[in-house]
Amino acid sequence: MSAPLTLHNGEVAAEDEIPLLSAIDFRDAVTGAVASGRRICSLFCTPADEGRLRLVAVIGDDAAGHLSLVAMTVEKSYPSLTPDCPQAHLFEREIAEQWGVIPLGHPCLKPVRYSAAELPAVGDFFRVEGDEVHEVAVGPVHAGVIEPGHFRFQCHGEDVMHLEIALGFQHRGVERALIRGPNPRSAHYMETLAGDTTAGHSFAYFRTVESLAEIEVPIRAQVIRGIALELERMANHAGDLGALAGDVGFLPTASYCGRIRGDILNLTALLCGSRFGRGLLRLGGVHFDLDDERAKQLVQRLAKTMEDLESAVELLWKSPSVLARFEETGEISPETCDALGLVGPAARACGAERDVRHDYPYGIYRFFNIPVSSWNSGDVFARAFVRWLEIKRSAEFIQEQAQALTGGSICADERPLQPDSLVVSLVEGWRGEICHVAFTDEQGRFSTYKVVDPSFHNWAGLAMSLRGGQISDFPLCNKSFNLSYCGHDL
Amino acid sequence: MFDIIRARIKQGYRTMAYPRREPELLDRFRGLPRIDAALCPRGCRECKEGCPFGALLPGDRGARIDLGRCIFCGECARACPKGAIVFTQEYRLASTGRESLVTAGMVPKVKALDQRMQSIFGRSLRLREVSAGGCNACEADVNVLSTLAYDMGRFGIQFVASPRHADGLLVTGPVTKNMRLALQKTYDAVPGPKIVIASGACAIAGGPYAGHSEASDGVTSLLPVDLFIPGCPPHPMTTLDGMLRLLARLDEKAR
Repeated sequence: MSAPLTLHNGEVAAEDEIPLLSAIDFRDAVTGAVASGRRICSLFCTPADEGRLRLVAVIGDDAAGHLSLVAMTVEKSYPSLTPDCPQAHLFEREIAEQWGVIPLGHPCLKPVRYSAAELPAVGDFFRVEGDEVHEVAVGPVHAGVIEPGHFRFQCHGEDVMHLEIALGFQHRGVERALIRGPNPRSAHYMETLAGDTTAGHSFAYFRTVESLAEIEVPIRAQVIRGIALELERMANHAGDLGALAGDVGFLPTASYCGRIRGDILNLTALLCGSRFGRGLLRLGGVHFDLDDERAKQLVQRLAKTMEDLESAVELLWKSPSVLARFEETGEISPETCDALGLVGPAARACGAERDVRHDYPYGIYRFFNIPVSSWNSGDVFARAFVRWLEIKRSAEFIQEQAQALTGGSICADERPLQPDSLVVSLVEGWRGEICHVAFTDEQGRFSTYKVVDPSFHNWAGLAMSLRGGQISDFPLCNKSFNLSYCGHDL
Repeated sequence: MFDIIRARIKQGYRTMAYPRREPELLDRFRGLPRIDAALCPRGCRECKEGCPFGALLPGDRGARIDLGRCIFCGECARACPKGAIVFTQEYRLASTGRESLVTAGMVPKVKALDQRMQSIFGRSLRLREVSAGGCNACEADVNVLSTLAYDMGRFGIQFVASPRHADGLLVTGPVTKNMRLALQKTYDAVPGPKIVIASGACAIAGGPYAGHSEASDGVTSLLPVDLFIPGCPPHPMTTLDGMLRLLARLDEKAR
């Protein structure tokens, strides 16, 4: 069996360097790697010669800090990896839906985002039978101002035996539209893949293109990108802590954090005019500089915001009524976390020391390390507390970086993309690992652009956190993950 | 308990003074674009070519911009060789007519609801939000209006959980194929008379997804729209201003 192609985060390789394995070797390579503690970052098909397809797996070795790629040729079907490797379950459903390739033996082969004739959530759901068993269906239109998705609970009284999540309502054809790019629209698709992760996804995208075009981003722009990414993390985490407080009826923190989240969004607007970081990143660097006066303002306002946030958030950890609801609710075991390949704060709340900034450092994180924040109880409390630890570390990073900006340009010149190449770009967004994989054709245009939002890994985690829990805990568990529908649906 | 009171004192009173005082927007905020037609060379199409979404409309008497298609990225201003396009701090962008969103810099018009509708909704408007393919940025900045900083409830405007309890819909997203049925059913469930607000570039004209077969280029493909709120996403002030002008709750003469 030939050795997998080993790459660092953002390293370019020629397309034909990925070893093509037999079906058995491919299967052994993927399931063997996952069994030894590595993770599937991405699993997808690309068109190959003579109308055939190539199934490509990107495996992350967090401890070694590198990625390995293997591939096999597929036509109509192949033996499913999912029975031995649950991490593959949604990827294989997606492949079947997008390419009509059947993973034989997949235990739950259903549409992910669409099917030819029917709408999402129309069709069979896993059902529990029994006299006192009942089913609860929620969505796609929910009670709050949130995105659409469908949740189907199998309940016995208040106890949830099983939750199935059907998504796809937000599917708007982004990956399809990226093919043959980059073009002037591409960057805007990235900014709106998940609108609350504008900095995260556009960071991953521009690194992908910059790697393929051998563009060296100036250090000053790297710093500004890092600041934008950490501000995005802070704003979303602060909003989540407020929303978690709201879901347990603890209104002081809920009210304060709702406003403070806005204050942090305004820091991003101070940088680029948009509260969501729209238009900040560009190919080769950033559009907006952080001049001395602005940096000073950023540092001062951030310090004030952190004071407010500390007074608001510390109340959570001191209030027995809050802790009683957070602790031991929606627990996920470390084994489930690893089996599903969870990422981001959800994984770190199960004790996993997994953070792209630390494991596969990129951009400014190559020079300045942010310690990994983790907790080990796997419950709502852990997912909340990890967010708070991350907020504090992000704030320290921004303070330090904004006060020590080096001079120089904020943008490098554009160059053409290398043909027949590929690159994998990982970025730690606020929800976790963002994975972009690009293949170029002989003219240097995208022949494949595969996006994996952290939510793609983590929705199954939410479903598992409800198992054996109370249906009334669903809003709290859901908020503790706060996953993206549009990032999943693409 | 003591800690909660101490935090309450520290946090203070934070609801903004608007509409008594104009809001303070940041200097890099990209609001209403203003095009100086006198600077437009005849036949120049640079701005149109610079815009990824076809929002720029060059003409013999200078260029105009369709705020319904604009995502406020500023590419046109960078593309213009004469510096004729400037994104101003003007946040009042909402309009009751789709056509008045095509402008060279005039603040679009909001025609207040008629007397009968004003008497029904003027002091109490309950909205059901439907996200129909949005990227969650519009949704996020709609949620902000319910925080204590904006406190939209003080104007009698609130988001409610059930369409049966609502006076209208606020729709975000380009209306994906997969959400058309759900949006139609939600609309049908709202008792009349009712209003529809299309919030954000996607909901007005498809936004970045304009032309995609998986979506529908906005809400007007399915429902009648009473108020358009441009932006990607709209600034919360743009949304609030639009709704208050629709309800005739702002004293225009005093401004």
